[in-house]
Amino acid sequence: MIFCKPTGKRLTILALILFLSTSIISVSAQDGKALFMSKCAACHSLDKDMTGPALRGIIDKAPYNGDMAKMSHWIRNVNKLVATDPHYMDLKAKFGGSVMIQFDESALPEPELEAIIKYTSTPVATPTPGGGGGGVTEPQGNNNVLIFGIITLILAVIALILMQVNSNLKKMSDDAEGISRPNPVPFYKNKAYIAIFILLASTIFGYLVAKGAIGLGRQKNYQPVQPIFYSHKVHAGINQINCLYCHGSAWESKTAGIPSVNICMNCHKAVTDYTKGPKLYSEDGKEVDGTAEIAKLYKAAGFDPKSPASWDPTKANSIEWVKIHNLPDHVYFNHSQHVNAGNVQCQTCHGDITAMDEVKQVSELSMGWCVNCHRNTNVNFNYDSTKGNKFYSIYEKFHKDFKNKKMDSITVKDIGGLECQKCHY
Amino acid sequence: MGENKYWQHFGEVNDPKEAKKLARNEFAEELPFEGFDDESIIDAKAPRRDFLKYLGFSTAAATLAASCKMPVRKAVPFADKPSAEFVPGEAIFYATTYVQDGDVVPVLAKVRDGRPIKIEGNSAIANWGGGTSSRVQASVLDLYDTARLRTPFQRSKDGKSTEKTFEQIDKQVADAIKAAGGTTVLLTSSVVSPSTKEIISKFPNLKHVQYDAVSYSGMLLANEACGFGRKIPSYNFGEAKVIVSLGADFLGTWLSPVEFAAAYAKGRKIDEKNPSMSKHYQFEGTMSMTGANADERFTHRPSETGAVAVALLNAVNGAADAGGLNADLTKGINKAAADLKAAGGNALVVCGSNDKNIQVVVNAINNAIGANGKTINWAATVNYRQGVDADFAQLVADMEAGNVGTLLIHGANPAYTWYDADKFKAALKKVKVTVSFNEKLDETTELCEYLIPNHHYLESWGDAEAAAGNIYFIQPTIYPLFKTRYYQTSLLLWSGNNTPYEDYYKEYWKGKFASDAEHNKALQSGVKEAAAATAGAGSYSGSAVAEATTAIAGYKKSSGDELVLYQKVSIGTGAQAGNPWLQELPDPVSKATWDNYAIISTAKAKELGIDYKSNDYNYYPQKPVIELTVGNKKLELPALVFPGINANTIAVAVGYGRSNNIGKVAAGVGKNAYPFATYNGTSVDYNVSGVTTTNLHKSYKIAQMQKHDSYESRKEVVRETTMASFKANPNVIPESSKELTDMFYKNANNDFRAGATLYPDPNTRSHEIKWGMSIDMNLCNGCNACVAACHAENNVPVVGKSEVLRYHDMHWLRIDRYFVTDDKNPDNVKGVVFQPMLCQHCDNAPCENVCPVAATNHSSEGINQMTYNRCVGTRYCANNCPYKVRRFNWADYTGSDSFPNNQDQQIVGKLDDAVHVMNDDLSRMVLNPDVTVRSRGVIEKCSFCVQRTQHGKLEAKKANRPLGGNDVKSACQTACPTNAIVFGNAYDATSDIAKLRAENPQRNFHVLEQLHVLPNVTYMAKIRNTDEVDEHWAGHHE
Repeated sequence: MIFCKPTGKRLTILALILFLSTSIISVSAQDGKALFMSKCAACHSLDKDMTGPALRGIIDKAPYNGDMAKMSHWIRNVNKLVATDPHYMDLKAKFGGSVMIQFDESALPEPELEAIIKYTSTPVATPTPGGGGGGVTEPQGNNNVLIFGIITLILAVIALILMQVNSNLKKMSDDAEGISRPNPVPFYKNKAYIAIFILLASTIFGYLVAKGAIGLGRQKNYQPVQPIFYSHKVHAGINQINCLYCHGSAWESKTAGIPSVNICMNCHKAVTDYTKGPKLYSEDGKEVDGTAEIAKLYKAAGFDPKSPASWDPTKANSIEWVKIHNLPDHVYFNHSQHVNAGNVQCQTCHGDITAMDEVKQVSELSMGWCVNCHRNTNVNFNYDSTKGNKFYSIYEKFHKDFKNKKMDSITVKDIGGLECQKCHY
Repeated sequence: MGENKYWQHFGEVNDPKEAKKLARNEFAEELPFEGFDDESIIDAKAPRRDFLKYLGFSTAAATLAASCKMPVRKAVPFADKPSAEFVPGEAIFYATTYVQDGDVVPVLAKVRDGRPIKIEGNSAIANWGGGTSSRVQASVLDLYDTARLRTPFQRSKDGKSTEKTFEQIDKQVADAIKAAGGTTVLLTSSVVSPSTKEIISKFPNLKHVQYDAVSYSGMLLANEACGFGRKIPSYNFGEAKVIVSLGADFLGTWLSPVEFAAAYAKGRKIDEKNPSMSKHYQFEGTMSMTGANADERFTHRPSETGAVAVALLNAVNGAADAGGLNADLTKGINKAAADLKAAGGNALVVCGSNDKNIQVVVNAINNAIGANGKTINWAATVNYRQGVDADFAQLVADMEAGNVGTLLIHGANPAYTWYDADKFKAALKKVKVTVSFNEKLDETTELCEYLIPNHHYLESWGDAEAAAGNIYFIQPTIYPLFKTRYYQTSLLLWSGNNTPYEDYYKEYWKGKFASDAEHNKALQSGVKEAAAATAGAGSYSGSAVAEATTAIAGYKKSSGDELVLYQKVSIGTGAQAGNPWLQELPDPVSKATWDNYAIISTAKAKELGIDYKSNDYNYYPQKPVIELTVGNKKLELPALVFPGINANTIAVAVGYGRSNNIGKVAAGVGKNAYPFATYNGTSVDYNVSGVTTTNLHKSYKIAQMQKHDSYESRKEVVRETTMASFKANPNVIPESSKELTDMFYKNANNDFRAGATLYPDPNTRSHEIKWGMSIDMNLCNGCNACVAACHAENNVPVVGKSEVLRYHDMHWLRIDRYFVTDDKNPDNVKGVVFQPMLCQHCDNAPCENVCPVAATNHSSEGINQMTYNRCVGTRYCANNCPYKVRRFNWADYTGSDSFPNNQDQQIVGKLDDAVHVMNDDLSRMVLNPDVTVRSRGVIEKCSFCVQRTQHGKLEAKKANRPLGGNDVKSACQTACPTNAIVFGNAYDATSDIAKLRAENPQRNFHVLEQLHVLPNVTYMAKIRNTDEVDEHWAGHHE
């Protein structure tokens, strides 16, 4: 029915997310917790049924009963077993027909699987009191400017005083020597001073006006209050959910996309309260009740945690988030160009999102900012046949120049990334 | 014989010096001080005080704007994301089918974030070749038409509408039908949907009458008389080596022009190694777009069509000539007949007449030349037109007699299109229950009591059986915008079946496919094609011919003036007249927008005392108004004079003069010419004799597009010659090109870098992408589909008639029309050349180095870039462009400026309603979100669809593969039904464009090559298939 889109895309997207999660988050093979977070946590939690069953102590339960080989057999043959093995058929029915992704050896090597299982076998820890984490740090940016400004002002005043002293002394010495000179002009009537003052004032004023005008419409440090206190720190930082799990269209589309309510509910059908993480604080220092914020999501979704089975996703209402990163209409920006084709990390432009409770715009999003990055960033050039994007194989001159050591890298600028109509059309 | 001259208007042939002078002042803009003449400055409409007021206001406004806070923008995601295929920001293409009355074109609808924004041809369907027409391209805007009916209504006699729910209206109608008694009649335009036909057939006691705005009943009846049944066959213009058209505009408006244009182009494509092409004769009164493309064209009186057909039949049969036609015409007929006979069945005669007798004779000719079963396929008859005029005339009589209790109307609009609309309107009053399913409050609907608007085709499920066995599917691309309903659902409901049409339709097709998978596949590709069968010859019977020729011989010879009612390529019958894109499209031949007018010959102009050679006529929009009188019918229309028109023929387009209720766009545009048609008892005749004309010595402004954009009489714009000359001297173009280059290098001291350009030598490549376009003028038929596609793709604003009059039209792509005559006889048109003209993306661009702010510059991929946010509007670039393709936003056409009252001009530059309609939130849903909407004061122009080139490169990067040479197609290229436009990466030797350029060295040329601006658009010269030897061809370059 749909003409130009291949079907079965979801699987490839998931595979891509998985691939990316292995490449973005660098984990040591034995770090079971990190592996769990990156590969399983999207659907599983240790103690609660989510999209998939709770996994704590899974290896000791039936049908594995401590047999690692059986576990491995399941992980490698999900698609087969779910259709034949009664245990897994029941499991599928219990979880509303959703089926786990099958992992082959390359996607999840045996040692990693063992590390994950080891992690799931850790006993329940007594909850530790919530750590700080909400501490508000003072902005540091302009301190130096201020100090320099004050020093300059003090020096200027000293210079003025010295000049006055100098002229007074001169007058006194002239008086003493009997040389008669016209009364000195007071400094506020001194034409030289006035000229310097006007020049300085207009320079500073002009600079401020120009800077203000250039900054019109720019929103660096914009940090609006959102309808729900959604903490990226908790989701992307502490729980290490991959960015693309929610903002999947950043991989394939112009827009990164804001997750629909049903994507939130994939996990929050199970995660009904916020108790174990660090305490949350809003930007003005007030403590935020995480569970109450989750309740706001339920309200929008029309979800009753007491009867989860009765939830109808089609009756959900959209949440009106406040858009933070705004580009002017005459700028064309494409996320997939950067994230997918360019291998740019989300953090490069969005800052350390994993540490932000409330998201703030950290980059200027000005043309100068874009252009500087395009000047310095290397493209994913296929310097040899094993590396890089094959798209660049048509850039014969650069290949030659690279081989002849005339160029040591190919930047976005070299492939025309500074031309007007790469972004304005 | 004199030298061939290529010209656009009479001023150029008559007074070339003055033409040149006036062209120099092309961009002169009078200062906007009206009423400024003798009065003092204070009394003027815009005195000093106003100036100070505006100055103060703008300063204050700028300050305010500067201190404004940024608005808070919301980002609202889905509540429940529909499917994995749906990715916000990425377009999805759905195969569907454009159906407008009987017209059918399979298309792909581009849907972005749930909104259809562009129509593309469906290239998966063989005989259509992925082409579209301007009307198909513009149909996406009809979806967002502000004048669409938004709910069901009940209308009282005094024209008051009351909103109703479906339940209310269903109950009311059901009761009313029961109470009314009499027959129930369903009046529709030609129904192409098989499932709908089944529903109609199952409706108890329903009489179904099909009615076409412009009728083909003469042809249907003639085919019946010749033993083929009341059917229209499919024609294969591609197989025909000789094509004779008797007044049929088969490339523009006749039957299925997109399909025909695609096939016709196959025969017109030239292989330089062995040049040959089909031969096209046209016999007609006025100049149609098809006539303009003909190799040999002969004019005659419209009333002589029958005589021409009979003479052609006699000539083909070797019978004696009946005489009565002038010598030129007879010569042409004999020549055409000889060619037809020689073609051995690979020949085709078509005729645009709606006269049964003439069509019988045409059938006899086709039979005599053996076309049946070769170029005419009776096995796959088409359903485009099925209405028979006599049926409708009978219906009107029945209504008048009070026999019709209920009239249900869909698609048909006889209160506007029927020759005797008043009679129909009076008869309609005698019908007790009147229901209209039309989408708008058109002339017929406004007289009906119950209005239940139908969905737009982009909101619908459906099917269309274009030719027997070939089904094209319609699938919805958006949820219905308004409270509209399938008219089929109403029919089902009122015949006691509660199934909604969408379910009925699915059920209907379910049984006809082997499996669901196959059904889905058909929906995905948009077509279920019949197994390819050999063309059927049908069972011809010549028994009716003798009677027909006798009847034709008895037709009255007219001595006075005659009127031809024709359809414009963009407006057609007027069904889509509310579409501003179509209203602003220039007519291919007259280049006029936003109006209809009387086309008259030069002889007629002289007779009426119109000085068509004067500069007043040629350079200014004021055109003389004449009055046409036929019996008691009168119409005042502005007159346009063209060469190559039969001396006694006057042509007027139908489809204009609409009621105010169908929207602000069409209201007040042109005059209705349908009432001039006549009815002869069997069919409606669109050729009218006995016309008298009077010059009213008044004037009326016509917004024509070709008095500006002048090339200042530079040569080498158009390259055109005859087949005989081309074969004799095939290397004229490459030789002249070499000569020009040599001369240029010599002038530049043989050093290109030092002597000729400020820019790096364009021949040094840094990489392997260079976008280029090749346009084959032999294939371009001037249909304007590309112009409409460009409009839709690039958010080109509509400026309205008042702005076109001031030469402020914004088309990025225009089609220049040149008449070819020898310089002594400007009225004897040998041919017409259509040349699509767009930004040539010169590598040595004259516009780039005059921009003071570097808003226009060159990309490494060969694109001449235009950066709107950098442009300050000096227009130096437009003045320095030799091709005149840069467009300036003189006013805030799009409403995109920050100052809300920027559109509110009071003195001059007051924008037409159509512009404001385009700024409605509903109309704006059609905008392409990937292309900036331009604000006032910036230049814009063709960008080579840079959004598409960027997208193509990105898709290649994402798929980790090199860019394919044909990966990117420009909007004009995909729209073109003849594949005249080819776009791609010219550096890639495997791309179509590189191959095309390599294979056609003898016809490739750059426009204005002597300027050495090195364009990235190349053209291929037009060849007319005649034996005439153009003596000046070999020495053409000077």
